[in-house]
Amino acid sequence: MRPLFLWSLLTPIRNSTTVDGNNAPCCDKEFISVGEEEDEPIGSGMVPANGVLYESRLLVLTEVKSVVRHLVPQTMDCTVTGSNVKVLAKAVHSLSRLGDELYLEPQENGLALRTVNSSRSAYACFLFSPLFFQKYSSSQNSVLRCKMAIKSVQAVFKSLSSLEKTVEKCHIELDNQKSRLTFTLHCKHGLLKTHNLSFQDSESLQAVFDKGSCNNVLTAQPKLLVDTVLHFPPSLEEVTLSVNNERVWFRNHVEEDIELSKAMMTELCLSAEEFDQFTVGTHTEITFCLKELRGMLGFAESSSLPVSMYFDEPGRPVVFSLTDSILEVNFVLASLSEDSQPHNQSNKNAKRHPAPYVPDEFMNDDMDSYIIALETSEIAGNSDLPPPPKDPLILQQSKSKKHQCKPMVQSEGLDEDEQQEEEGKTMEENDRPPNKKFRSLFFGSVLPVSSQRTNKTLQSQEILASDSEEETALESP
Amino acid sequence: MRFRAKMVDVGCLNNFTRIVHTISKLTKMCTLRLTVHNLYFMLSEKVGSGGVSMWCELSQGNFFDEFQLEGMAPDANEIYLELVPENLSRALRTTQHAKSLKIKLTKKHCPCLTVAADLPSLSSLSRVVTHDIPVDVIPRKLWQDFKEPSVPDFDVSIYLPPLKTMKNVIDRMKNLSNFLVLEANKNGEMNLKIETDLVSVSTHFKDLGNPPWDDDDSQGGSQECAKMAQVRVDIKRLQQFLTSQQVNPNKAVCNIVRERIVHFILLHEDVSLQYFIPAVG
Repeated sequence: MRPLFLWSLLTPIRNSTTVDGNNAPCCDKEFISVGEEEDEPIGSGMVPANGVLYESRLLVLTEVKSVVRHLVPQTMDCTVTGSNVKVLAKAVHSLSRLGDELYLEPQENGLALRTVNSSRSAYACFLFSPLFFQKYSSSQNSVLRCKMAIKSVQAVFKSLSSLEKTVEKCHIELDNQKSRLTFTLHCKHGLLKTHNLSFQDSESLQAVFDKGSCNNVLTAQPKLLVDTVLHFPPSLEEVTLSVNNERVWFRNHVEEDIELSKAMMTELCLSAEEFDQFTVGTHTEITFCLKELRGMLGFAESSSLPVSMYFDEPGRPVVFSLTDSILEVNFVLASLSEDSQPHNQSNKNAKRHPAPYVPDEFMNDDMDSYIIALETSEIAGNSDLPPPPKDPLILQQSKSKKHQCKPMVQSEGLDEDEQQEEEGKTMEENDRPPNKKFRSLFFGSVLPVSSQRTNKTLQSQEILASDSEEETALESP
Repeated sequence: MRFRAKMVDVGCLNNFTRIVHTISKLTKMCTLRLTVHNLYFMLSEKVGSGGVSMWCELSQGNFFDEFQLEGMAPDANEIYLELVPENLSRALRTTQHAKSLKIKLTKKHCPCLTVAADLPSLSSLSRVVTHDIPVDVIPRKLWQDFKEPSVPDFDVSIYLPPLKTMKNVIDRMKNLSNFLVLEANKNGEMNLKIETDLVSVSTHFKDLGNPPWDDDDSQGGSQECAKMAQVRVDIKRLQQFLTSQQVNPNKAVCNIVRERIVHFILLHEDVSLQYFIPAVG
């Protein structure tokens, strides 16, 4: 049989592949039925009826695959020219602010660059359509997925300003045989800079999210969002966004561990009129990580494309999206889930944001009595002083450790949730708990962190399980 | 106890922001004293800050269009607040284009100084940004700790050279030594000297001029005038002081008490800043 034909036989149909250490497909997969004639169209189907025959055929196929791999080059070849080189560079820099590894996957609909952060609570994907490239070709029947240290790719696109001035063309070539990714920068004066990066074959990294199902959609010019985040210190981790029909509020989220009295609170209120689109189906309040977003905003500002935010209730991820005809960017960030009952939340909103903005907030009488107490206390130090009277309208931030995020993934026959629970536990047992308390969410891939995983029997599991003792609420999706 | 003030002029806002920024570079925590006429940023000497003290006084009328104050008590119509000036500086920095700025004393999760600004926006409704800066109200009992420092009985008083020049010199000296000797005489000469086992460096300034204080009886002989008054200080404190200044003030004076203390007075557009650095052994 011709190698190409044989190769097609071996390619599993499904997009996400479970691989073992040798990068050969595992046995429990569907395979394409073998056609007798060479030009019979390859279609998907179940395994042939004859079990014995299948088994032996399977072995043959598996063995042959490793041979065939070397006979059929798996490549991707594309060229970026002009100002698009800078766009590509900016995309890489933007991704580098989120994660440490770059996942590169040439697809039929374009080249996808993805990354995920270390706590798996943020994911970003830049999809460059074939139109973005002067030339784009990837071998049709192969599935190439590679990952590499993002710093290596950043080094290729080091200085953005000099890129703009000197680089005329960037040629990217992926050779799976040699496990080499080559970036060739064609610069002025005939100068060629070639970067050879090695990569690892990787699993697919794909977040499952559905923008269409989100109740709330806000679209704005990037400058609006950039100006908004300027009000918050660069070190701020998390920001809380509240929305009603007419307004949106951004304020910094303060961890409860930090003494509230020391924390400076900043809140910015924007009216719906400032947005290109302001669709609010549910009045809601969500908290997500601002740090991870900054990378995207940098890219958005330079692209001048409007940024859309898709979100729902707390716990469900927030998606920031930029699209045009040749590029689609999605940043998916986990959000803190509220453990309070829904009615509490709407109460909170009501209390926190009375309809008119109240410009005068003087100290109330309680303060005066506090002052009197201060003056009459015998010792001037703090020990004898009464605590300041509690403001009944203090916004109760979501309670500490019980951060659960509803996973978005629909199991594809593999138990993602169990994996997540494992991951959550593993992280807590082995390392310090991650700084971000958002739990890993929503990935359609399996990470074989330990060999035990792949051998685990598939069991049904409750979708949400807490990693903390006090947890009670388990919600079904 | 109430405080409420409003600023609408962009120039005033910029100036106020600059002053607060300077204060934030000088100290991590300070006391803000509010009176009917003035604002004071004060730092009294603490071991933690190397014994430095600071007194900055501004007239509220130069900045605010509206200013309402109801102090601690009718006979003590002032408010003393302890705060982190960096917070205030950060809040002000983001409001530089504001149409108006309000500062008021409020009680949120704790006593706060709330800075609220109306920012220009793309729509008819302006953007409102609110910063709640936590403060500690200082009880009346402790107010006596914050008296305005008196000008010390100095040996020499001299005008400073351009602060930027001084800063450049001291930045380089800082790499060589931890202590610096600052000396000046009544002939308008000033020297900055460092000395280590390996190297000694000195920078000389001439023709600086000496401010005429009323009780200046140093019309004595030239020998008397040429005599240097020295003070040895921690170079980091001096550098911190110089780094915090963003503009060259209208007037900059340095008073030296031999081996005891150096007292800087900076005057710029009706804002006065006094800074004391004690001598180190």
